[in-house]
Amino acid sequence: MNATAPKRGLPPWLERYLILLVALGLYLVLRWLYAVGAVSAYWQRVLDQGLIMALGSLGLSLIYGFTGQFSIGHAGFYAIGAYVAGYLGRTYGHGNPGWFLLSLLAGALATAVVAFLIGLPILRLRSDYLGIATMGFGIIVKVLLDNADRVIPVLGGARGMLGTPQIANLTWIFWSLIIVLFLFRNLVCSAFGRACLAIREDEIAADAMGVNTTFYKTVAFVLGCAAVGLAGGLYAHRYPLLHPSSFDFLKSFDFLLIVVVGGLGSLSGTLAAAVGWVFLLEGLRSILGQAFLDFRGVVYALLLIVVVILRPQGLFSGRELGILVPRSLQSGWLRSGVGQAKPGGERAGGSA
Amino acid sequence: MIYFFEQFVNGIQLGFVYALIALGYTMVYGIIRLINFAHGDVFMVGAYLGFFGFARWHLPYPVAILVSMVACAALGVTIERVAYRPLRYAPRIAALISAIGVSFFLEYFCSLKFVFTPNYQVVPRALPLKNYSLGGVNIPNVTIIIVVVVLAMLALLQYIIYHTRIGKAMRAVSFDHDAARLMGINVDRTISITFAIGSALAAAGGVLYITAYPQVFPFMGILPGLKAFTAAVLGGIGIVPGAVLGALIMGQVDVMSAAYISSQLRDAIAFSILILVLLVRPTGLLGKRGPEKV
Amino acid sequence: MSMKGKLAVLVVLAMLVAVLSGCAQKPAAEQKPEQKPAEENVVRIGFIWPLTGDVKTFGESSKNGSLLALEEANYKAGKWTIKYEIQDDRNDATEAVNVATKLISDFKANVIVGGLTSKCAIPISELCEQNKVVMMSNTATNPKVTFDPERGGRKTYVFRACFIDDWQGEVGAKFALQNLKAKTAAVLYDQGNDYVKGLATFFKQAFEAGGGKIVAFEAYTEKDTDFSAVLTKIKKENPDVLYLPDYYNKVSLIAKQARDKGIKAVFMGGDGWDSSELDFAACEGGYFTNHYSPEDPRPEVQEWVKKYQAKYGSVPDALATLAYEGTRLVLKAIEIADSNDSTKIRDALQNMKGVPGVSTPSFSFDDHGNPVKPLAILQIKDGKQKFIAIVQR
Repeated sequence: MNATAPKRGLPPWLERYLILLVALGLYLVLRWLYAVGAVSAYWQRVLDQGLIMALGSLGLSLIYGFTGQFSIGHAGFYAIGAYVAGYLGRTYGHGNPGWFLLSLLAGALATAVVAFLIGLPILRLRSDYLGIATMGFGIIVKVLLDNADRVIPVLGGARGMLGTPQIANLTWIFWSLIIVLFLFRNLVCSAFGRACLAIREDEIAADAMGVNTTFYKTVAFVLGCAAVGLAGGLYAHRYPLLHPSSFDFLKSFDFLLIVVVGGLGSLSGTLAAAVGWVFLLEGLRSILGQAFLDFRGVVYALLLIVVVILRPQGLFSGRELGILVPRSLQSGWLRSGVGQAKPGGERAGGSA
Repeated sequence: MIYFFEQFVNGIQLGFVYALIALGYTMVYGIIRLINFAHGDVFMVGAYLGFFGFARWHLPYPVAILVSMVACAALGVTIERVAYRPLRYAPRIAALISAIGVSFFLEYFCSLKFVFTPNYQVVPRALPLKNYSLGGVNIPNVTIIIVVVVLAMLALLQYIIYHTRIGKAMRAVSFDHDAARLMGINVDRTISITFAIGSALAAAGGVLYITAYPQVFPFMGILPGLKAFTAAVLGGIGIVPGAVLGALIMGQVDVMSAAYISSQLRDAIAFSILILVLLVRPTGLLGKRGPEKV
Repeated sequence: MSMKGKLAVLVVLAMLVAVLSGCAQKPAAEQKPEQKPAEENVVRIGFIWPLTGDVKTFGESSKNGSLLALEEANYKAGKWTIKYEIQDDRNDATEAVNVATKLISDFKANVIVGGLTSKCAIPISELCEQNKVVMMSNTATNPKVTFDPERGGRKTYVFRACFIDDWQGEVGAKFALQNLKAKTAAVLYDQGNDYVKGLATFFKQAFEAGGGKIVAFEAYTEKDTDFSAVLTKIKKENPDVLYLPDYYNKVSLIAKQARDKGIKAVFMGGDGWDSSELDFAACEGGYFTNHYSPEDPRPEVQEWVKKYQAKYGSVPDALATLAYEGTRLVLKAIEIADSNDSTKIRDALQNMKGVPGVSTPSFSFDDHGNPVKPLAILQIKDGKQKFIAIVQR
């Protein structure tokens, strides 16, 4: 019948904000750990990278995990956010926190605008073709960035862009993530989210039911890309050199992997997978040791194949952590198991 | 004018090589709706085996190609069994992720020192060079060989698909798995055979590729794979003639944009054209816009 | 909470535990210089090379060169013992930053040798400068690795073992104009690689400044293998010289295709040609600028080639040589400074004079951290490298 409801009976209004309180608690614990020196600069950086990837992946989660739009050009939008925010921070910001915030917002906004312009024509395409088109867009962005220094020399082109003030830290990154997570959670648990899920499950049926598919697809796409644009801006202020090769189509695959392995239609899954993915890749360095450094790629690939075969529906497969999506927000869809792998669901065989 | 035709010939050579790889992509997609990202890396393995064949083991050139094709057919079947079959009835995206995993695995594994090593290895000339001249346009023999071999393979493929029982089985399975099974077709075996053929074609493509561009290295399959995949989509993925058409167009676009517009923006132009084509013909040039049943 | 929810919480907790255990008891702040634990006479060197990924072969060469330098010195510099750790950056700018942070904060490196490509070396140099860790890059040629004019100029802790492109490109151009009497030249370069692009640009500038005409300045991308389109374009212009300033793997491909197309120009290139894996037959007759000539009778050179061959079974390429040279210089600096304090090591490097290296009898650095050393011009003749001339700075 229903998934088991959480035992504690918190009043609904508290349940909604529980995630923020938990986040605050986690944040304070982390700050304390940093202060007593329990976390080295390296692991701090790894955590920051994990949180940035999580933010970017949340965007793709909204676009693909919830709305079913197969977009594999996500790295292109990541790049736009990074370069716009990085350029502003470098040229005007000079480390001023107010300017930093403005650069981040500008980066996210620029990404949103481009996403809107690209999305309008492209989102008409069906699944695999949409994937190709978005992948093509990602490649176009990278090629343009490689040649960008012919138009704006500071952008560096293939030499990379140096000089963005490195002022993003745990506070900025963590809270950017939590705020976007909160916004997305509310979005997804509302009528908007239900419309997106309907589109994902069966676009034609949704259309027939009166859902304005174009509107929801476009908004989800724009918001999702804005999220990764924000992540890009944070990345630019945490890593000193922006280089187009960091934003190629393989990077788009990274976002896709995270969203799928975490479980489509699950914000918690995306979060867990993103942070886990970064820690896995870095952790393999220590585990493999000096002698087997060049096996890291092989081990990673094997793990990927094994994980996806053992759990094809993803780690969280459409469910969410109770803290993130409490009972009061669940409405029918979570409990009915919509979005989880069902036998005879969308598969290669067609339907006899 | 001669310049244009010489570039055209360049584009033909490139296009036909892409075509061989694109065929493998399109056949696999047609039958199990999977974008087999590992295909470019099977191409790489095929190239290496061909290289070992005629450069190290001193096999005659056609034998080297055959050996490579057979070995890669086996590789393709193994990959299907191990990485895709367990996911056949899982969400499609899971098989895609698995394909990405296989691709990474092949690349990183083959770059290990005890396998193919990470080095860029020069491939010695497989065939002596001869240039032919047609109306003042220079045509190297490699181009002619590639065109001939690819056309022969295409003819063979057409024959298999449309005039044999196994071909009929492949067409049936790509239409509807369950109905095919009800008709007594062994779906698993048919899919394996499709992978075998597709991988063999990729291997042939690999050997031809290194005959024209004589260098092997473990990551050599990424870009040709990407371009061939784009070509397959451009022509209408799942449709065999579409893959060839798409590949020929991609070859020409690649070459002509470098020749007349800008060599730096070549990829951007190619993909812009792709996007424009998709906007006008959303299922590719030869793709069918079938009615969708709800 | 459901089973999956509990599982998820456990996973998150496990990751936190991993974070803690992976870094127990280490001082955190990246901003202040590291306090080293009291260790008797130990200097810590971190190596960052691309040991996986598409330029793994260059990383392996570099690793071989630097390890040989350590081994030769018996892992000691003067009375100081060397402890080292090798990390892999996969030729990715993000990973380079991560491993540099790891080496600086966890391994407490005093010196970092590495950063093969400029896109990895530049971010590493930023971190090293910030944390006062000496850095020696073997092959990163972007001037910004050691000197950023817009942001404070010289990064005093950063050095490199290779020359930067401006001079190498210029020498190539002058050789083409004066020795080869070339009037026209075509250049083919990788638009995504700033070493190649830099050399190409400087060659073009110097060639045009010397009165020559660049008839084609065409680009390709890193992964390209088919150059028929641009080569057909270049053939039409029929240049005297075709400048191919890329690494040997690309040059092999381009040179062969160029000859097949009937291009008769003399090929020229830079130190990326220096490898036994170059397609000598295709490049026959071509000239390239390099750090040294294997025909140089000085013992440093002959010993180097012999030792490398004995240990690794092949002739060293430019990457291995530069890594070897850079590491040796670092060891020498440690010996001269007689300290594991990175500031003292930095000073010893900057003021180094008269130290014999493979590429020059007397090594020194200019005020941008670039080496002052002569350049050799070599020719590919009869399937091997032949010495033509030495050019002093």
